[in-house]
Order: sequence, then C-alpha cells, then structure tokens
Amino acid sequence: MTELNLTTAPENKEAVVSLLFQLADDDFLYSFRGSEWLGLAPHIEEDVASSSISQDSMGHAAMFYQLLEELGLGSADSLAHLRPAKERKNCILVERPNGEGDYMNVPKFDWAYAVVRNYFYTAAKKVKIESLKNSSYDPLAKVALKINIELYYHLLHWKTWFIQLFNSTEEARERMQSAVDRVMKDFGDVFSLGADGEQIVRLGLIEEEKVLVQRWKAQMKPVFESIHLPIPEIPSRTEANGRNFEHTEDLESAIATLSEVYRLDPAATW
Amino acid sequence: MSILEKELEEHEQLEQFMARIEAGDKIEADDWMPEEYRIALIKLISMHGISEIMGALPEKEWVPKAPSLRRKLGIMAKVQDEMGHGQLLLRVAEDLLKPYGKDRDDLMQDLFTGKLKFHNVFHMPAKTWADAGLIGWLVDGAAIITQTNMLNSSYGPYSRALHRICAEEVFHAHHGESIIMALAEGTEEQRQMLQESLNEWWEALLMFFGPANSDTTGSSKQDITIKYKIRTSTNEELRQSFFTKYVPRILSLGLTIPDPTLRFDEEQKVWIYQQPDWSKFKQIIMNNGPRSQARLNLRRVSYETNAWVREALSAAAI
Repeated sequence: MTELNLTTAPENKEAVVSLLFQLADDDFLYSFRGSEWLGLAPHIEEDVASSSISQDSMGHAAMFYQLLEELGLGSADSLAHLRPAKERKNCILVERPNGEGDYMNVPKFDWAYAVVRNYFYTAAKKVKIESLKNSSYDPLAKVALKINIELYYHLLHWKTWFIQLFNSTEEARERMQSAVDRVMKDFGDVFSLGADGEQIVRLGLIEEEKVLVQRWKAQMKPVFESIHLPIPEIPSRTEANGRNFEHTEDLESAIATLSEVYRLDPAATW
Repeated sequence: MSILEKELEEHEQLEQFMARIEAGDKIEADDWMPEEYRIALIKLISMHGISEIMGALPEKEWVPKAPSLRRKLGIMAKVQDEMGHGQLLLRVAEDLLKPYGKDRDDLMQDLFTGKLKFHNVFHMPAKTWADAGLIGWLVDGAAIITQTNMLNSSYGPYSRALHRICAEEVFHAHHGESIIMALAEGTEEQRQMLQESLNEWWEALLMFFGPANSDTTGSSKQDITIKYKIRTSTNEELRQSFFTKYVPRILSLGLTIPDPTLRFDEEQKVWIYQQPDWSKFKQIIMNNGPRSQARLNLRRVSYETNAWVREALSAAAI
C-alpha cells in the first residue's frame, strides 16, 4: 500500500483526525465509566481485574490522543480534558452512567449493565482493532497491534461474565436481558464512522461499517446460541450519533469530572 | 485424657511454639498455635486487609479527576494495587478464620457492624488533588514503616504477603512523591494547595501509628504482637522513624510543618512534637471520624446492590 500523504492533502488528514478522535474519545469515556466502579465491584477479585481493564483502556485512549498530538492538534492532555461535549466523537453507549447515583454518593450501579456494555463494546473494539491492524495510516496500524494483545484478555473476561450470569439465577437472567435491551438501544453509533465515514473508508483507514457489523455479529453468534437467545438487531438510528457530535447530558457531567483538576490551570505542570 | 493431661500437653505445645518463635522459625497456617496468637493475627491481618480496601476509597475519588493522562494511569494502577493487597491479606485472614467456620462474608459483615475496624487514616476526607498526592507519598510512606516493622513476622503467610506488598508500596510512595514534587515546583496556587493539604493531614499522620501506650484508648495490642514476634518496634518508635525519614524531606520542599514545637532533641535523640488530639482518634476508631460513615456506606451500598451477583455466582458454581 502506498503511504498516505497527509501534508499535501488536507482532506486526508481530516479523515485520519476524525477517526482518531472517535477511537480516543471512546476509550477515554469507557475507561472513565470503568474507573467509577473502582472499589464497588461485586467482589474484590473482580475489582482488581476490571480496574486493570479500565487502566489498559485509558492507556489506549492516551495512545490515540498521542497520535493526534503528533498530527499537530494540540497536546494529548488538552485534547482529552479540555474539549467540550459538543466537540466529542465518542459513541453514546460509553457516556451512559453506570446506574443510579454517582460514584461519590450512594452509587447504585448496575453490574448487569456493566457486563453487557463492556462485553459488547469490547467485542466491537476488537473487530475495529483487527481492521485497524491493516490501516493505511501506519502509525495507527502500529498502535492497533499493541492494543490487540490486551484486548484478547478483556474480551475473555467480559464474555465469561456474560455467559455465567445468563446461565445462573432467574433474577440474573432477567437483569441481563434488560441490560442487553438497554445497551442495544444505544448501539447504533458504535460502528458508525460519522459524517467523514466515506472518506475514512475510501482512504483505507478502516473497513466500512457494514463489514465491521457483520464480523461483530458473526463473533457474537455462538455466544448467543449458547444462552439460547437470538442476536439482537443493531438499530440503524440511535437517540444521537456521537460520531457527529450529538450527545446526551451525561457526557457533559462526565467531562466536568474528568477535567476538574486539569481545568484549574491547564498551563501548569501537574 | 484427663484435664490435667490435656493442660500439660497444651503447656508443652505452647513451650515448643514459643521456642520456635524465639528461634526465628516461621509459623504456617496449619501449624498448632495458641488461641491468643491466632486471635491477635486475625485482628491484625483482617484489619490490615480491610484497610487496604477501604483505603482505596479516598484515592478512588480522585482517579477520574487526576489532572493528566499520565496521572490518571498512575493513580489507577496504584488504587488497583491497594485492592490487590486487600485481596492477598484477606486470603491470609480467611485461612486463620477457618477453625471458627468463618469466611469473607463474615468479615464484610463485621466491617458493617463496626466490629472490624479499618485504619484510622482512611476516615479522613480527601478534599483536593494534593490530598491524593499526599496520601500516596506520606500515608503510604508511613505504611511502609509499619509494614517493614512486621516484614519478618513470625507468621509465615503474613510475612510473605508483606514482602510483596512492601515492594509495591515503594512504587506508590514514588507515585505520590512525583505528584507532590510537581505541585511543590508548580504555581503559587499549586504550592498553596499542597501546604493546605499538609496542614490538614499532619495530625492524621501522627495518629497513623497509634497512641504510644494503652493510656489513651484503654487497650493496646502492642504487647501481644511484640511478645509473639509479629512486630518488633512500638508505635512511638515507628512514629519517630517517620519523623526522621520525612521531616527533612518535607522541609526541603519548602513546606511548613504545622507544629512550631517540632524539633529533634540532640541529647535525648528523640523528636519532640505536639501530640495530636487523641480524643479525635478515639472517635475515629469508633467509626465516628469525618468520613467514617460515608465510606462504610459506600461499601454497604455496593455490597447490597451486588448481592444478586454473588447469588448468581454461587448458583452457577453448583
């Protein structure tokens, strides 16, 4: 593949930047939701395991923001912390809260929702990362290679929880089913490449949405068969398409928390 | 066996046990041990374990707020380590609890009812990012001092767990020190935030090591733990080591220690300092500290909210 020229073709750079923001903002928010669970997971062993996953995911976000920094978009820290909600490209699934209450006061978090969101999101991320390994944008392909190794364990972890909870008590199955419904309702923009999608695909940065969705479904099929459920349909539209800067109010409060200290003085060294 | 014979046998076992301890032998989970020893270990190790877990909560408040990607990664790793230490220690405590037919669920219940205490330092609020850094630097620094004191504990499983924990605590202290250094070398506001944090935490850091003797609270486990070689130094000796190690470091950052009477007495070779208000300490260890109930409540709520998960897991295991 010929090397992607970003200096002479600004529209190429725009497409790369757009995709990188999608990937970076996704993991940044995903990791945030995971870190809110810290100390509150169903048991201590799980706390250790899932906080390790949140940490890896923050590391992935940092790598994507770093690629943006290298493209001259500003420092990775300011990109992560200072951009308002209306400039974010994460899917809305990762901005949804973990349940009632917030992590500081009486958090009535929903573990079924956490398991389903984390599993479906991780499976989607794995499909994307596999595709990104062959990205025409070489720095991104290299990062994908690194991330891929860690994703294997993340996926295994959430898949184990998913199957185990579906195959246990009636209450667990009901809670899981309800979580699947809620997660799927928000799944419409997870694979969306947004308004720049056509250019992103044309440049060979990642494969097209349709292909990625099919792979995700193929991957989920045996799992759903094992719990005797049909694979849920991915909606074509969601409440908002995060890739096109459409978000819920939950994103604003999430960013306010994430950047509370950084915003005290963005010029300072922390 | 007559009562007399039984008493004789126990006496002999105790003598052999003490001889092993004196010789520096390690006692293992399945070895015979006097009840007093087992109970002292259970109290100490379950409190240590649960404190690691409760101790994750004040810092956890700052995990999402950490002011850069690098700091976010650092503090996430740190808090995860603390949870890992908690897990390691609770397993050691669970083995000791087996003869009583108790398990982790009992420990959690004891925490909720107040029977099992968590360390006094984790009842304090962490109000600013500087507090998060200070916890890493000085609270973990203090923890290294108390844990090193028990590194060669006569109880083998605890000693081995502590070796692992202390190695990681050294990284934590570096993590905290790095946050503190950035603030100390930063803007006027950052330095002020740091000074206020030190003012806020100084008393808690002194209380960290516990009162010098049982006069304060009416009882102290120091004597038993020293007798059985679970630990070597007294609370006051540990506090003195803390001063020796950290007072110069704190001063070198240009910070003011909020105790004008603090000085090293060259003749007596001891640090002279203003005693903390031990009545506050008494309140804290009765779970009446500033954040005692709020933090217990966090644990309680998550334990209750997740009850269905534990049920589901035990159903799946059958």
